[in-house]
Amino acid sequence: MFGLDKRDTSLLMIVAVLTLFAPFILNPFPTGSGLAQFNAGYPDLMQRFVIFGIFAIGFNILFGLTGYLSFGHAAFLGVGSYSAVWMFKLLSMNVLPAILLSVIISGLFALVIGYISLRRSGIYFSILTLAFAQMSFSLAYSVLTPITNGETGLQLTLDDPRVLGVTATADGSIPVTNLFGLEMRGTYEMVVGPWAFQFNMGYYLCALVLIAAFYLAIRIFRSPFGMMLRAVKSNQQRMNYTGLNSKPYTLAAFVISGMYAGLAGGLMASMDPLAGAERMQWTASGEVVLMTILGGAGTLIGPVLGAGFIKYFENIFSKINDNVLHGWFAILPDGLEDFIVFVVHPFIGKGWHLTLGILFMLVVIYLPGGLVEGGQRIAGWVRGNKKPDAPQSETKPAE
Amino acid sequence: MGILEVKNVGKRFGGLQALSDVNLSVRENSVHAIIGPNGAGKSTLLNCLVGKLIPDTGSVMFDGQSVLGRAPYEINQMGISRVFQTPEIFGDLSVLENMMIPCLAKRDGSFELNAIANVMSQRDIIETAERMLEEMNMADKRHMNAASLSRGDKRRLEIGMCLSQEPRLLLLDEPTAGMARADTNNTIDLLKQISDERSITIAIIEHDMHVVFSLANRITVLAQGTPLVEDDPENIRGNPKVREAYLGESA
Repeated sequence: MFGLDKRDTSLLMIVAVLTLFAPFILNPFPTGSGLAQFNAGYPDLMQRFVIFGIFAIGFNILFGLTGYLSFGHAAFLGVGSYSAVWMFKLLSMNVLPAILLSVIISGLFALVIGYISLRRSGIYFSILTLAFAQMSFSLAYSVLTPITNGETGLQLTLDDPRVLGVTATADGSIPVTNLFGLEMRGTYEMVVGPWAFQFNMGYYLCALVLIAAFYLAIRIFRSPFGMMLRAVKSNQQRMNYTGLNSKPYTLAAFVISGMYAGLAGGLMASMDPLAGAERMQWTASGEVVLMTILGGAGTLIGPVLGAGFIKYFENIFSKINDNVLHGWFAILPDGLEDFIVFVVHPFIGKGWHLTLGILFMLVVIYLPGGLVEGGQRIAGWVRGNKKPDAPQSETKPAE
Repeated sequence: MGILEVKNVGKRFGGLQALSDVNLSVRENSVHAIIGPNGAGKSTLLNCLVGKLIPDTGSVMFDGQSVLGRAPYEINQMGISRVFQTPEIFGDLSVLENMMIPCLAKRDGSFELNAIANVMSQRDIIETAERMLEEMNMADKRHMNAASLSRGDKRRLEIGMCLSQEPRLLLLDEPTAGMARADTNNTIDLLKQISDERSITIAIIEHDMHVVFSLANRITVLAQGTPLVEDDPENIRGNPKVREAYLGESA
């Protein structure tokens, strides 16, 4: 279907179902129950899941296929966000032109940075991209204040022109982002017994974009271009002596992944119309690297899983504090309760980075193929139990 | 006038004069061997032909056009394919994909942003690649990972990849180095078959005299960066200068 083989079609279907039914899937616990804090089905977080999913899918086109590890991709995310907010300020609150502009601008930005950074490979390439991203961050923070509004961040105001829209609504407030009138913040709440499921307009826009972005990524992976990118990773020497110029291939991959990042940044600003320099900081670039590796670099679905995994941790684990723990272990004798809370304390709340770090190390050491490899091993193990003589060696690396 | 004309080529690395005043003419459709003791400058010369090194002096003309200053991929697109001493293949890709890449390079040139079409819908490319795999007797291995092939099969694959581009000149850098006797003989047979069946010029750098005398119909002997003699194999065998410089040790 859609020019994909059976395997890829089912992969696309899985992603489509996961994203479209996310309000149900991420809300398994009834509101008010003790486990409700593990629910992730609220619009804000779901939007972040898919936006970072798009970011990671794009990053994977560069890193997963060509092996060029960029440590500066957050710069494109930030550029995308700024472009989108400027579009809201100057043109209209419709998200479509804003997202288009963020993709175009970040693509141009990636063309310049990629052209220079790709003169080197390996660690030098990584350092160059990191340097460019930090430079962009610092510029956005200080010198470029007229464009970026410095440390306050770029925000909408009541005297923005918005030539195709209104400067302020009838009641004197800043208009909200919309898609041809459909407000991004519009949320429909469906109450089923003790459950409350939230369907948010903005989330569904992001979800549809994610599905489209994922589909495009599959096409790229399966195209002659994708094969050339894998050839770059495998043996550049042979490539050059086979009449192929590897530079434009890597540059094209860099620009495409930069545009994905810009798309993510534009969506981010469309959900919440502000942009700050911290979006470009190196920690944000590192995060997408973690997502991709954790999920499985070079696999199609890995980056999406990795992005969901990390964002879930960041938002859910960080909310567990000592009080919550005391609540869980209340049945234990006092001394033991305090002791357990003391032991668990560094791993939760603000310490969620520690848990994530440990998990990341475990995955990299024991599952170099990321969560996807974990899934494949479990599937192989289950199948192996059913048919003990099934060939184990026939694992297909590129999902 | 040969298809490849090397004139007065010199190359210096710091204090070492690796090549000096090298003249070489490779005739069309011949198998031309370049032999010489270790350090004679064989590999340096080869690197000057494919664009990896630029000689300090002299000229290298392929089919009437200079190759100097061109990148390796441009020289390849002119019709020169190179086989490396240790097989250079795409280890992470399947054997069939390995074969498809040079076919794509031949069809689409050095860069083509073909990011939407499915690679498996490129019927012409797959057919050419499959045909070449048949010819190399590797059709049954088409779905294997190229890295897991045996040394001899990697060499066959690399040669097949070069041939699928239909080059006019095939350069081989010690193609049997480190091979077992049986593999060496297979490679010799393969190269013989290639030169018999195709209108292709082969230039081969080789250490192994058995390989050289079974294949070459023209031999250049390099010693200390400069050609000692260029002649037919039977004359080379009896040449006292060559014996002294090179064969003396083994003969």
